[in-house]
Amino acid sequence: MDHLDGNVLAGPITGFFDFEPTTAQGQCQSCADIAALGQAMVYGQPMGFVARCGNCDNVLIVIVERAGQKSLNMRGLRWLRVADPVEQNRI
Amino acid sequence: MTSPSAGWLTGSLTRAHPLTTSARSITFTVPSWPGNDAGQHVDVRLTSPDGYQAVRSYSIASAGPGEMIELAIDRLPDGEVSPFLVNDLELGDTVELRGPLGGWFVWRPDQPQPVQLIAGGSGVVPFIAMTRAHASAGNSVPMQLLYSLRTPEDAFFRDELSQLAATVRTTWHYTSIVPPGWSRSAGRLTAKDLQRETLPPEKTPLTYICGSTGFVETVSRALTSLGHAPDAIRTERFGGT
Amino acid sequence: MAVFGGRRREDNPALPPGQHLTESFPVLSAGPTPSMDTADWEFFIHTETGKTHRWNWGQFLALPSADITVDIHCVTSWSKLGTSWRGVSLDTLFAEVETGFDFVMAHSYGGYTTNLPLEEILDGKAWIAYEYEGAELDPEHGGPARLLVPHLYFWKSAKWVRGLTMQREDNPGFWEEYGYNLHGDPWREERYS
Repeated sequence: MDHLDGNVLAGPITGFFDFEPTTAQGQCQSCADIAALGQAMVYGQPMGFVARCGNCDNVLIVIVERAGQKSLNMRGLRWLRVADPVEQNRI
Repeated sequence: MTSPSAGWLTGSLTRAHPLTTSARSITFTVPSWPGNDAGQHVDVRLTSPDGYQAVRSYSIASAGPGEMIELAIDRLPDGEVSPFLVNDLELGDTVELRGPLGGWFVWRPDQPQPVQLIAGGSGVVPFIAMTRAHASAGNSVPMQLLYSLRTPEDAFFRDELSQLAATVRTTWHYTSIVPPGWSRSAGRLTAKDLQRETLPPEKTPLTYICGSTGFVETVSRALTSLGHAPDAIRTERFGGT
Repeated sequence: MAVFGGRRREDNPALPPGQHLTESFPVLSAGPTPSMDTADWEFFIHTETGKTHRWNWGQFLALPSADITVDIHCVTSWSKLGTSWRGVSLDTLFAEVETGFDFVMAHSYGGYTTNLPLEEILDGKAWIAYEYEGAELDPEHGGPARLLVPHLYFWKSAKWVRGLTMQREDNPGFWEEYGYNLHGDPWREERYS
């Protein structure tokens, strides 16, 4: 299956967090690679969004959207790091 | 102006014109749209009278502040949403929109690096926004576009790209049919083409690639082999629904 | 005003509720297509006693096979009627297997999993398919071999299947863990849990 880039996660992640998710940095639990979520490879549409590590294919995040609810599982991320938007705006 | 607004906004179709025989530019007026960066996308949601909903993600061809956003939609033969947006949607009709979305595949005028844009087919849409943002900011950072398309008739925004040539040079590449008198023959983009037509690694450009998965894979692999750092390449693949 | 209708939902008795017909064969997978050489391929059934039944590609092809023509239904709402396959019945593969457990977890090359009740894959209801429309099964559709359980939503028909592990409880597979139905009967529209 053709995969998409992590950029596509911006829409479905809206509502879980109040930061822009695709520029957030995350570390893969499996291979320790650090990358922006926008760099992940996204499979599984339209059943859901399965974001995999661009380095080792490990599943980082799964999002399933359905009428009235959506679920987010961050099974393969060791951590997620975002820039403080207030600090960013000061630059 | 880049933070995602939660929930859905209503946009009404204000302007529309054909881009090619299968594609259409559609501009929506979206009250309380916060403006968007060049390269961001928007989710479009359609609801049928019986409650069925379909959501698709589209790159935005416009950039900057204001409540108007322009999309450029290519009609997919077996599509569900694109044929409706290209063939059926009438001025004054409304759709639901969620966005602006994404912060990774964007270009902001304060970025210092030279910029190489590489588009395959309708993958040119986010780059239209970037060239417009570059022009309206009077930006002096070098930006150039390599636009690969099947035939001359498939070009989006050809006149506008030609008018922008003084600030953003567009190199046209045809994979299937070339215009009369064209000096090159039709064919897929090769590593040699990329070496000749794009900013070299020595200029430390930030390179953006947008197109089908196959196009993005081929081009990004070729660029890496030419010596570009993987971190200096940003990609956006589009899906087929 | 233009009215969005979505895909035509035809009044066809072969279509489960909420489904539409497609002539194409859309590809959906949770990960990249594994490159699988049949020389390295094997299929296993693992039971609670620790016993593992194994077939390599040659042994698998030597088993009696069947031609199967069935309708398939994807949870993303497309259905495809009259698809033809060739494969080995799970009844054949389970002939020598002794188990007291009522559920199986299907495992695929690439790491995908999906759960099924044992009774849903026996009695002529499921196969390990290796040909589609008279040709060897394309990798993007699950080749060299995939599970075929056509009476359930198609995510249950695991592509690139490598084996079945018996389980006591109906533990969820990949999509089931994230909210898709444990059972997945299209005629009862069991899409989500």
